[in-house]
Amino acid sequence: MDLGQINPLLLLASLMVAATPILLAAIGEAVVEKSGVLNLGVEGMMITGAVVGFAIGVTTGAPSIGFVAAAVAGAALSMLFGVLVLYLKSNQVATGLGLTLFGLGLSALIGKPYEGIKAPTMAKWEIPLLSDIPVLGPIMFRHDPMVYVSLIIVALTWYVLTRTRAGLILRGVGENHNAAHALGYKVIRVRLMAIAFGGACAGMGGAYISLVRVPQWVEGMTAGAGWIALAIVVFASWRPWRVLLGAYLFGGISVLQLNLQAAGVPIPVEILAMSPYLITILVLVVISLRGNHGAPGSLGREFHATH
Amino acid sequence: MIRLEKRPQPSKFWGALTPVLAVIATMIAGGILFWMLGKDPLEAIRTIFWDPLFHETFGPYSRPQLMVKAGPLILIAIGLSLGFRAGIWNIGAEGQYIMGAVCGAAVGLAFYPSESMLIFPAMVLAGAIGGWAWAMIPGVLKVKFGTNEILVSLMLVYVAENILASVSQGLLKNPDGMGFPGSRNFRDFPAAHNTDLIAGTGMHWGVAAAFIAVILAYILLTRHMLGFQVRLTGEAPRAAKFAGVNPTRLILFCLGTSGALAGLAGLFEVSGPSGQVSIDFNAGYGFTAIIVAFLGRLHPIGILLAGLLMALTYIGGELAQLMLGLPGAAIQMFQGMLMFFLLAMDMLSHYRVRWKTPVAAQEGAK
Repeated sequence: MDLGQINPLLLLASLMVAATPILLAAIGEAVVEKSGVLNLGVEGMMITGAVVGFAIGVTTGAPSIGFVAAAVAGAALSMLFGVLVLYLKSNQVATGLGLTLFGLGLSALIGKPYEGIKAPTMAKWEIPLLSDIPVLGPIMFRHDPMVYVSLIIVALTWYVLTRTRAGLILRGVGENHNAAHALGYKVIRVRLMAIAFGGACAGMGGAYISLVRVPQWVEGMTAGAGWIALAIVVFASWRPWRVLLGAYLFGGISVLQLNLQAAGVPIPVEILAMSPYLITILVLVVISLRGNHGAPGSLGREFHATH
Repeated sequence: MIRLEKRPQPSKFWGALTPVLAVIATMIAGGILFWMLGKDPLEAIRTIFWDPLFHETFGPYSRPQLMVKAGPLILIAIGLSLGFRAGIWNIGAEGQYIMGAVCGAAVGLAFYPSESMLIFPAMVLAGAIGGWAWAMIPGVLKVKFGTNEILVSLMLVYVAENILASVSQGLLKNPDGMGFPGSRNFRDFPAAHNTDLIAGTGMHWGVAAAFIAVILAYILLTRHMLGFQVRLTGEAPRAAKFAGVNPTRLILFCLGTSGALAGLAGLFEVSGPSGQVSIDFNAGYGFTAIIVAFLGRLHPIGILLAGLLMALTYIGGELAQLMLGLPGAAIQMFQGMLMFFLLAMDMLSHYRVRWKTPVAAQEGAK
């Protein structure tokens, strides 16, 4: 065992990379849930995004196009969920589960020809001046563009949700859909847009795993990241900045766990590998001790306009 | 304009018809999918749904397989359906299945090479307890702290998979296995082997257990107070509260039962068809059983039929892989599609579809 070989700078830098997929998926899901819809299909949309992003990224040789395609694929899949839940009034929990099962099958089917190929590398951005700051520079300012895109999405989400009229309407629809409907807001339209946003984010999050983090296509490679993203939304009490905090904490744990494995700590590999999931459970328990503060009032309820 | 009108009660007629319609719609959509993959759609559908049962050469081999695959699916789905009815979402059956298999197999292997008659019953008991205990984790956390059982039960699947990987390379590894991962094979351990009850039929103890579970669940839901409470909680939570249903008891009962049944399914699988504890002996039955439960409309008899149908898609899928070179993942997607069509058509049993007449015309008619 050699803990000395764990470089804290590299650890912190890779933390941001490890956290980005979950951050993207979680911020999208936070918006969906804020509008009052519980989409349990995050895992399915992520894995579909991962395979589509990878396939397009490899074919075109441009990861950025891959990310756009992944966002489109995630959004398209989420629309399937949206139509079922909003127009055909299906049960949200069951439909979300169905979306995950469907996405896992779909991705395995699309991904077969792409197994064993390496993804084109995404150039890192070294932000001028900032990246030259000692210590902070290498940790924060020498990443691929998607890391910054994810941070910008979090900032924008926070701004739109808390500082704009559109955000107010979205929250209103999520708090009480009957009241929002009575005020003349289009509940279904607002929710459909929120679901599409969530799908696009989840798709990009998945593509980040296959294009940057691994970077390869392996069947079932998201390995529960979508479910962890759902847990982080609860942890964050549906607040964008706390989603960021949760995702980075989680990213830290998974990176540390990998580093400890590599350093040969005398703890069985399986225990280290299961630690992110155990810690997620622990966090969920701690959060639930505090009560369900901040859950949107209409979350998971069926909306049926009678007039 | 189409307008939906909520029915005062779900329609029984549509409730029975929608699964059939969903299967037909899935066959059509699946046919299109297979056609897009460059296969003859009719031939693919026939290979999946007809040949495993009636083909001259494959039939005799695959008919017993139908039981082998349907057994665990039905056993798990029966347990899940109780919780789903009451709005308690155990989606970690895969984990409970693994833990049941690991615990049951561990008990059996501990007594190797004993020939006692008691070994297999002890394994069955240990399997049920293993699955039950694993499901009690989300159960107790939900009851004590109000923690979301969906996320906890799902997280525990990944934990169980790591435990499985660990024991099949360590604790339960075959000491005579020349270092290969995986436990002793139960085929070489007759007292602990879950053989066919009638040779060549695929009817092993797990299938028998599945049939018993169907009957017991039917009695529970139609004749027993607890079953009534399960139904009441799902259909009218407020009424259930006034009727004095104890939610704590109900949550622990539903999660515990589904866990125990999933654990049993795992034990029967590992000691029978799969034969040994290995890293990937679990084939995702715990997740497919969710589809089976919904396809069977959460009703015991429905689940029995749905389990057989889903087993058919597994076997037919393997056959299509062999005969037509259809990718295995296409079947997984096919099963996912089935779930979607089912949920979409569920609307017909809860709502009436009406053509909307403009308000002015309605007023005029009055």
